[in-house]
Amino acid sequence: MAITTATLRVATPLVLAALGGLFSERSGVVDIGLEGKMLGAAFAAAATAATTGSAWAGLAAGILAAVTLALVHGYACITQNGNQVVSGMALNILIAGLTPVLGHAWFRQGGQTPPLSGDARFAGLELPLANNLAGVPVLGPIYAEILSGHNVLVYIAAIAAGVVAWVVYCTRFGLRVRAVGENPSAVDTAGISVAAVRYRALIASGILCGLAGTYLSIAHTAGFTRDMSAGKGYLALAALIFGKWRPMPTVLACLLFACTDAVQVRLQGVALPLIGVIPVQFIQALPYVLTVLLLAGFVGKAVAPRAIGVPYVKEA
Amino acid sequence: MSPRGRPAEIPAWADLALLPLLNLGAALGASGLLIVIIGEDPRRAMATLAAGAFGSAESLGYTLYYTTNFIFTGLAVAFHAGLFNIGGEGQAYIGGLGVGLLCLAAGGLPFGLVLPLAIGCAALCGAGWAFVPAVLQAKRGSHVVITTIMFNFIASALMTYLLVNVLIKPGQQSPETREFAVNTWMPAAHEMLGWMGIPAGVSPLNLSFVCAIVCSILVWGYIWHTRWGYELRVLGQNEMAAIYGGISPARTIVLAMTISGALAGFVGLNEIMGVHHRLLLNFTGGYGYAGIAVALMGRNHPLGIALAALLFGALYQGGSELAFEVPALTREMVVVVQGLIILLCGALENMFRPFLAARLARVVPAR
Amino acid sequence: MIASGAGERDAAATPVGAAAPTVIELLHIDKWFGPVHANDDVSLAVRRGTIHGIVGENGAGKSTLMSILYGYYTADRGEIRVNGRTVVIRSPQAALTAGIGMVHQHFMLVDTFTVVENVVLGAEGGLRLAHGLAKARAELTRLARDYHLGVDVDAVVGELTVGHQQRVEILKALYRGADILILDEPTGVLTPQEADHLFRILRRLREEGKTVVLITHKLREILAVTDAVTVMRRGRVVANLATRDTSTEQLAELMVGRRVLLRVDKAPARPGPTILAVDDLTVVNGAGLARVNGVSFALCAGEIVGIAGVAGNGQSELLEALAGLRPIASGRIRWKSRDITNDHQALAGRGARRLGLGHVPEDRQRMGLVTSFAASESAILGYQDDPRYNGPILMDHGAVIESCRRQIAEYDVRPANAVLRTSAFSGGNQQKIVLAREIDRNPALLLVGQPTRGIDIGAIEFIHRRLVALRDSGKAILLVSVELDEIMSLADRILVMFDGHIVGEVAPAEATEQAIGLMMAGIRGDVG
Repeated sequence: MAITTATLRVATPLVLAALGGLFSERSGVVDIGLEGKMLGAAFAAAATAATTGSAWAGLAAGILAAVTLALVHGYACITQNGNQVVSGMALNILIAGLTPVLGHAWFRQGGQTPPLSGDARFAGLELPLANNLAGVPVLGPIYAEILSGHNVLVYIAAIAAGVVAWVVYCTRFGLRVRAVGENPSAVDTAGISVAAVRYRALIASGILCGLAGTYLSIAHTAGFTRDMSAGKGYLALAALIFGKWRPMPTVLACLLFACTDAVQVRLQGVALPLIGVIPVQFIQALPYVLTVLLLAGFVGKAVAPRAIGVPYVKEA
Repeated sequence: MSPRGRPAEIPAWADLALLPLLNLGAALGASGLLIVIIGEDPRRAMATLAAGAFGSAESLGYTLYYTTNFIFTGLAVAFHAGLFNIGGEGQAYIGGLGVGLLCLAAGGLPFGLVLPLAIGCAALCGAGWAFVPAVLQAKRGSHVVITTIMFNFIASALMTYLLVNVLIKPGQQSPETREFAVNTWMPAAHEMLGWMGIPAGVSPLNLSFVCAIVCSILVWGYIWHTRWGYELRVLGQNEMAAIYGGISPARTIVLAMTISGALAGFVGLNEIMGVHHRLLLNFTGGYGYAGIAVALMGRNHPLGIALAALLFGALYQGGSELAFEVPALTREMVVVVQGLIILLCGALENMFRPFLAARLARVVPAR
Repeated sequence: MIASGAGERDAAATPVGAAAPTVIELLHIDKWFGPVHANDDVSLAVRRGTIHGIVGENGAGKSTLMSILYGYYTADRGEIRVNGRTVVIRSPQAALTAGIGMVHQHFMLVDTFTVVENVVLGAEGGLRLAHGLAKARAELTRLARDYHLGVDVDAVVGELTVGHQQRVEILKALYRGADILILDEPTGVLTPQEADHLFRILRRLREEGKTVVLITHKLREILAVTDAVTVMRRGRVVANLATRDTSTEQLAELMVGRRVLLRVDKAPARPGPTILAVDDLTVVNGAGLARVNGVSFALCAGEIVGIAGVAGNGQSELLEALAGLRPIASGRIRWKSRDITNDHQALAGRGARRLGLGHVPEDRQRMGLVTSFAASESAILGYQDDPRYNGPILMDHGAVIESCRRQIAEYDVRPANAVLRTSAFSGGNQQKIVLAREIDRNPALLLVGQPTRGIDIGAIEFIHRRLVALRDSGKAILLVSVELDEIMSLADRILVMFDGHIVGEVAPAEATEQAIGLMMAGIRGDVG
C-alpha cells in the first residue's frame, strides 16, 4: 500500500516533466533542459507562495518561470539555429546557480525559501466519500488509501497524462507537432510556419515543467532548497526516451522509475530470497542503465523523431 | 548552406576574437545586471573577486588549483570530432576511482613509480568510461549526448556504492576511504617551491598543474601537428569530406571520445592524489560541466582553453572570497556566470553576428 | 512516333486546348542568385485544362521558375497572373490560396503518418482531428474514384511504394483545392509501369478541367502527354510550342542548342591497355531503386571517356561507386585484369588511392575540400598518411606547405597563398587545388565529376588542357559532366547515360548535339 502511494507521489513530477519534454522533442527540439525548467519553477513557486501566502499564486509563478525558460531555449534553438544540447545545458547550469543566489539575496536563508504552511502549500485532498467507502471490500481501501489523500497536483498530473495523449493524437496542434518533428519541409510546403509550431510546443513544455517544479517545492515539500530537483529532470528525459516519445508508454516508464525509487527505500538492508541484499545504489542506477540498454538497441528500438536536433533552415 | 541560412559574413579576425569577446562581455554584463538587481555594486564585486583570486600568493595558488581541473575538463570537451562530450563528470569520477584504487594499493612504492602508474590509471579509467558510449554511438547509433548523461548518473551511483559499502575505512561514518600513504601523495606546490627556497602560501596547488600544462601542449601537438589530429579536424568540419579522404567516422569518433575521457579522468590526479589524499564522494563538483563553458570560451583551442580555465579558476576562487565578503552574494554566483557564458558563447554564439556585420561593413571595406 | 493527347481527349464542356483562357501567366520573370542569372526575362502562358510541359537541361532554370510560382522564392522582377488577376506569391500558403499545388521531386510526406493524416496536414478543418479526418476520408474516396488515384487511406505512407506515395502527393494538392498542379520531374523515381499510370492520372485530371504543368527533361514524356511545351535553356525561354506541331528532334535541338564549342586542340588518343573494366554494375539507393542499372564499359590508358547525361540519371552514383564511396549491389569491377569487386570497400579512400585511382568529386565544397582549412591542408585531404608529409609522429607542415606551393605554382592558382583559407579562393581556383592534388599523385585512372561547374572561362580552359595533358601522358580519365560541350570537347569516346543505363556510345567526330541530346532525353538513336 505504502509503496503505491509513494510511487504516485514520486511519479508526479516525473510524469509532468516527461510529458513536457515530449512536446518539445516531438516537435524536433532536443530538450535537455527539463531539469532547469523544473528547478526554476520550483523556486519561483516557493518564493511567490512564501511572499503572497497563496499556493495558487505560486503555481502561476512557477508556470510563468518555466515558460520563460522554454522561450529562451526556443529563441536560441529556433530563431538563432543554435546548438540545442548546449542551450539546454546552459539553462540547467544557469538556473542551478541563479536560484540559490536569488534565494539567498531575497530570503537570507542560505539559498532556501522560508518554510511554507497553510494556504501557501497544496495540502492533501480527500476525495469525496473516501471515509464512507473505506469499508467496501477490495475497492474501498484502494479508493480511500491509494487514490484519495493526494494533493491536487497529483490529480492534475494524472489528468494531464490523458489530456496530453488526446492533444498529441486527436488535435490539429498535435498533428502539426508530430509532423514538424518528422519532416519540417512537409509542414512548410503545406503552408504552416515551422517556427510557430515549435514555439507553441515549447510553451506547452514550459507549462508542464512548471507544474512539475511547483509540485516539488510547494506540494511535495514545504519550500525550495538548493538543487532540489536532484536530477529528476534527467530521469524524466530517460523516461521519455524509454517510453519512445509516446505519451502512455512514457507515463508507464515514469511509474516504473518512480516505483524503483519507492522500492529501494524499503529494500535497504533487506535480504531477498536467492539474491541477497541488493545495494540501494544499484536500484537507483537502474533507470539510467535501462535507458542506455534501450538506446543501444538491446531492449527494443528507440526511434527518435526524425528531424530532432537539426535546426530548420530552408534549402536553396 | 543556402543563402537564407548562411550566417552574416564578418572578417576572420572578427570571427575569431571580436565576436567571442562580445559574447563574453554580454555574459559578464548580464551577471553585473543581476548583481545590481540584488542590490550590490558590480564594480565592488569585480574588485573583490579579482583581489580574492590574485591578491596573495595563497589565493593565486587556489586559483591555479581550480584552473588545473578546468584545463583537464576543457580539453576533454574540446577534443571532439564534431561530437559533444558532456560525460566529463562521470569520466572524471571514474578516473579518480582508478587513481584512488592505485594509491590504496601502492603503499610501499617510490613516488617516481607511483606517478606514471597513477597517470595511466586515471587515463585508462576515464577513457574506459567514455569508450562505452562512444562505441554505442559508432556501432548502434545511440545518441552520445544522452548516453553520456546517463553514464554520469551511473558513475555517481557506482561511486556511492563503492564508498559506502566496499572501500570505506572501517569504523568510520563518512563514506571515504582511509588516507593514502604519504608516498602516493602528489607533491604540493608550496612544498616544491619550499625545496627551491621560494616562500609560497599554502594552497591545494600541486604537481598535477604541471600535468595540465603538459596535457595542453600534447593536445595542441596532437590535433594540429599529427595526421590523426588532422583526421579528427576533418571529421569535425565535414563528414562527407572525411569519408572521401578515407577517414572512418566510426573509428575516429571512438578514438576521440576515448582520449577525451582520459583527459577528464586526470581530474582525479589533482583532486584525489593532490588534494584529498583519499577517495570521497562528489569530488568532481561540477568541473565536468564547467569544462563545457571553458571549451566554448576557448574556442576549442588549447591556448584559449588555458586562458578560459584561468578565468574560471579566478571566478571560482574569487567567488568564494566574494561570498565571504559580500553577504548578499553566494558562491553560486559563479555558476550563474558559467551558465551565461555557455548560453552566450555556445547556443547564442551567432546572435551578435548580424550586428557586427552591419557595423563592420561600414568601417572595413568589403573583401 | 509522335503521340499527342488530342485523340484521347473527350469533348468537355469547358473550353480546353488552344481556345481556352490562360490560367497562369508568368511575365518577364527575372531571378538572380548572386552572379547567376537563373531566370532571364522569362514569360510563358499556360492555358486552362491543358498539360503544359517545361523542358530543358540542368541549369536551364525550370525548377527555379516553378519555385517562384510556388512561393519558395520571390522573383526579382516580373509578374504572376492567375486567371487574369495579378497575384503576389511569397509563400506556399499564398500559392495554395491561388489554387496552385506542387508535387515535389523529393516528396514532402511524413513517413510515420497515414495517407489521410498527410493529406489533412495544413487543412485539418478545426481543432479536433476526428471531424477533419472523416471529411478527408470521404473526399479521398471521391478523388480516388474520379482520378484513378486509388490508395489505401489508412496505410502508413512510409510503407507505400514510391508510385503510391506520389499519388498521395497529388491527392494532397487536390484536397487543398488546387486547380493547377505542378509536377517536378515526377518519373525520376518511378518504374515504367508506374510512369504510365501517372500519365493516365494526368490525362484524367485534364479531362476534369484541371491544369497540369510538367517539368521534365525526358522528351518521350513531353510527346506522350503534353498539349503545349516550353523549352528553356540557360535561364531563358527559347520556344513555346504546341506539342503536336513539334518533334523530338526539334525539341532536342532547342534544348541543347547550337553553341560555339570550346574545342581543345588535342592530338588523337592512343589508347593503351585496359585499366578499368566495369561489368553489369548495379547500384541501388536507399529505397532499393537501381540508380545504376547493369552498366558495362571499359577504360583504357591514354584515353578520356566522357559520360554525358542530364543530372540524376545515375552518373553521380556510378562515379561514387567506382571511387569506393558507395556499395555495389551487383556486377564486377576489374582493375588491370584483377577483380577488385570484393575488395570494393578497400577501394574506399585509402585503398583506392593506393591502387592509383584519383577522384575529383562533383561537389568540391561538400566533398573535395574542407573549406575552413588552409589551402595547404585541403591539398593533402586523402593523402594525410603519406610519409612525404609525416615524421614518425609529427606532421611535417613545412613539407605540406612546400608541396602545396609547388602545386599552386604549377596550376596557376590565385592568390598564390598556400596558407590562405580554402573558402577565400574562387570556385575556379578551388577546383584547381583539388585537381592539382589528385593529378600530383600520378594516378593511373582519374575519376572526374563536373570539373568546371561554376567556374570562369579562363579556369575552364586551363583545367581542360590539364586533363588532356594527363591523357597524353598515358593515364585514363573518366569524365562525368552535364555540360555537353565539355564532353564533346574533351572525350575520346562518349557514353550517354539515361535512367541508369548506358543508352549509347558515340565517337565525338561523328556525334552531333542533336543525336546526343536525343539520347540524353531518353530517345535512342534508332527510334524516330
